[in-house]
Amino acid sequence: MKHEIIIAGFGGQGVLSMGKILAYAGLLDGKEVTWMPAYGPEQRGGTANVTVILSDEQISSPVLDSYDVAVILNQQSLDKFESRVKPGGLLIYDPYGIHRKPERTDIRIAEVNATEAAIETGNTKTYNMLLLGALLKLVPMVPIEAVIRGLEKTLPERHHNLIPLNRDAIMRGEQLVK
Amino acid sequence: MENKEEIKLLKGNEAIAHAAIRYGVDGYFGYPITPQSEVLETLEALMPWETTGMVVLQAESEVAAINMVYGGASSGKAVMTSSSSPGVSLKQEGISYIAAGELPALIVNVMRGGPGLGTIQPSQADYFQAVKGGGHGDYHLIVLAPASVQEMADFVGLGFDLAFKYRTPAMILADGVIGQMMEKVVLPPARPRRTDEEIVALCPWAARGKFGRKQRNVSTTLELDPQAMEKNNIRLQETYRRIEAGEVRFEEYMTEDADYLIVAFGCMARICRKAIEDARACGLKVGLLRPITLWPFPTEAIKALSGQVRGILVAELNAGQMIDDVRLAVEGRTPVCHFGRTGGIVPNPQEVLNALCKDFNVEMEDAK
Amino acid sequence: MTKEEIIAAGGTKVAAKPRLLMDVNMHYCPGCSHGVVHKILAEVIDELGLEDSAIGVAPVGCAVFAYNYIDVDWVEAAHGRAPAVATGLARLNPDATVFTYQGDGDLAAIGTCETIHACNRGENIAIIFINNGIYGMTGGQMAPTTLEGMKTSTTPYGRRVDLNGYPLKITDLVKELDGTCYVTREAVHTPAAVRKAKAAIRQALMNARDKKGTSFVEIVSTCNSGWKMSPDKANKWMEENMFEKYPLGELKNTVNPK
Repeated sequence: MKHEIIIAGFGGQGVLSMGKILAYAGLLDGKEVTWMPAYGPEQRGGTANVTVILSDEQISSPVLDSYDVAVILNQQSLDKFESRVKPGGLLIYDPYGIHRKPERTDIRIAEVNATEAAIETGNTKTYNMLLLGALLKLVPMVPIEAVIRGLEKTLPERHHNLIPLNRDAIMRGEQLVK
Repeated sequence: MENKEEIKLLKGNEAIAHAAIRYGVDGYFGYPITPQSEVLETLEALMPWETTGMVVLQAESEVAAINMVYGGASSGKAVMTSSSSPGVSLKQEGISYIAAGELPALIVNVMRGGPGLGTIQPSQADYFQAVKGGGHGDYHLIVLAPASVQEMADFVGLGFDLAFKYRTPAMILADGVIGQMMEKVVLPPARPRRTDEEIVALCPWAARGKFGRKQRNVSTTLELDPQAMEKNNIRLQETYRRIEAGEVRFEEYMTEDADYLIVAFGCMARICRKAIEDARACGLKVGLLRPITLWPFPTEAIKALSGQVRGILVAELNAGQMIDDVRLAVEGRTPVCHFGRTGGIVPNPQEVLNALCKDFNVEMEDAK
Repeated sequence: MTKEEIIAAGGTKVAAKPRLLMDVNMHYCPGCSHGVVHKILAEVIDELGLEDSAIGVAPVGCAVFAYNYIDVDWVEAAHGRAPAVATGLARLNPDATVFTYQGDGDLAAIGTCETIHACNRGENIAIIFINNGIYGMTGGQMAPTTLEGMKTSTTPYGRRVDLNGYPLKITDLVKELDGTCYVTREAVHTPAAVRKAKAAIRQALMNARDKKGTSFVEIVSTCNSGWKMSPDKANKWMEENMFEKYPLGELKNTVNPK
């Protein structure tokens, strides 16, 4: 099984760290993983995106022209990546700030209103975990427990008290899927 | 520090830092430049001076850093530096001295696009600089081209082993993709740094203070007597011939039945591997030869394959550099074409495949 | 009479070649200050018992062959890079006593960056800086320390500050850096000056040995060939002209404050 995923939005939305946590969960689940960011000044306010690949076999190219899953968090990213979702693939988008909705009919499209949910929960920092919950609900590519263990591995110990908060956000994200 | 293997999810740059500590490197001297700053940052965060005693220093410039390496290497220590293209240009003077001084050292170049200040995005445009000798004089570096985060880690040890075996500087020639991407990496068990006794035994030439030694050691690259200087050159060239005879490394992928061959290194080899998977899915028999050592170059392997295939595509993140060495190996036996992107653009597998079809006039109707 | 015959006849040996000075002919011009500084450096290394632990870093310039003259381990650096090379050596070999030996072009022009930053980091090294206001090895071109009005092969009508800037007082500059523990300016044109210079080099090497920070000993020197003067005239010219711009004396001493 292989999952080729692009996560794209603004810098500061937690795009890269969401990808990292997903990749780490894949690693802990015994998969081959790559995490390839578009790096540079984009990190500070511009667009940010990361390609994550989870696979049972050795991964060849970390750079892709088409994806099984696209998680889209702003209009620029939708414009850029909608056409690059493979037929039959999945496009998840947050409608906040999107003025032209996705139009493809040969792919699954899921609207996940994570911005609204994050504001409701009062902790906007767990925004990307809401999205991760939604993603894993739609494509259960790694078990949630692997994600939690991934958080334990990636977060510095002083932030381990935040893990329950993140777990709750993932659970809440699952419920955002209509 | 774990004395056993450890599996981690790391960026290529981070893997270099972890591997350096675990190899028992004595010193690292660096200077920040995108996209390789994580090497220095990771080392500073891991504080190896508290555990292995490894020295880590942020120098005032790339020039100073490579000369600190020159000093440390002169004393028989395992020392390294890392930078990206513009910074590696600055290091060329020092690299020439280290090669001339017959000193072991490791230099890492995480290439970005040039020329000039260029871009911080990935590139392979320093191939000529690395394999043809970027500094002055007749010298070579052993140039290792990693294509994965695992190889970033592995080539630290390999680079130092070869550098000490042949008393010559080695370079890891990576690129922004390999430096910045994260992958699973198995870190080798940690081993202690060499003791003073081991250094004396391994490097009897080291200028580290006489400490009872009868003859003093001098590390110099100056020789004004032409006869003696030519002897120095001949000795260097003999070393390079031994390296060429014994240290060529490459990887072949699906070449047995290949009608077309792609030659690519580093991240481009990964991208081409995917292109080959896609081509094979459409019935087009393409294979890959990935040079792991860019110098010494796998000339014989390419020469052998050149009699078998209808054409060779050399895919690089540059305007055409390694293609010269491929052509020298092929000697006209089969057409050799180039596919390259510059400016920091990393092509996707489909672009490579399209180039192959166009250059060799191959129809691939099923291709996406 | 040979010296052996003189001693056998009851003569008293009053001077000897320092033990660590190699038995080779020096390439320096007669009258050059380098020979004297080499001699006292070799004596100090011997007297402090540093023969085993000393590592010298030679420059590019007239002293490029310094490694041929003093019997300790040496590394020959690229032009200006001696303080960086010494940093690598000192950081990785804490049991060694590392010193550099550099001229004005090497230290104060092409190597200014390495000089300033090694001093600023307080590297445990001794820097011996020969300032004769000229590039000797390449044939008498302007150095950063060349005096205003001084004729060199690249300032044939004299150094003009409007064209070439001012003579660089780099020793005054490094004095201001927190990493330096001992900064002094000496000369070797008289026996008294030689004694003082030797004491300064001794202090600097002790500081390097004892990890006190960076020591910086400038030796205001002559280059009678480059200056196109006889050695005695060069000494006189130095006293009358160089010392005004580069006055002798201790500038900083945090190890043994007066």
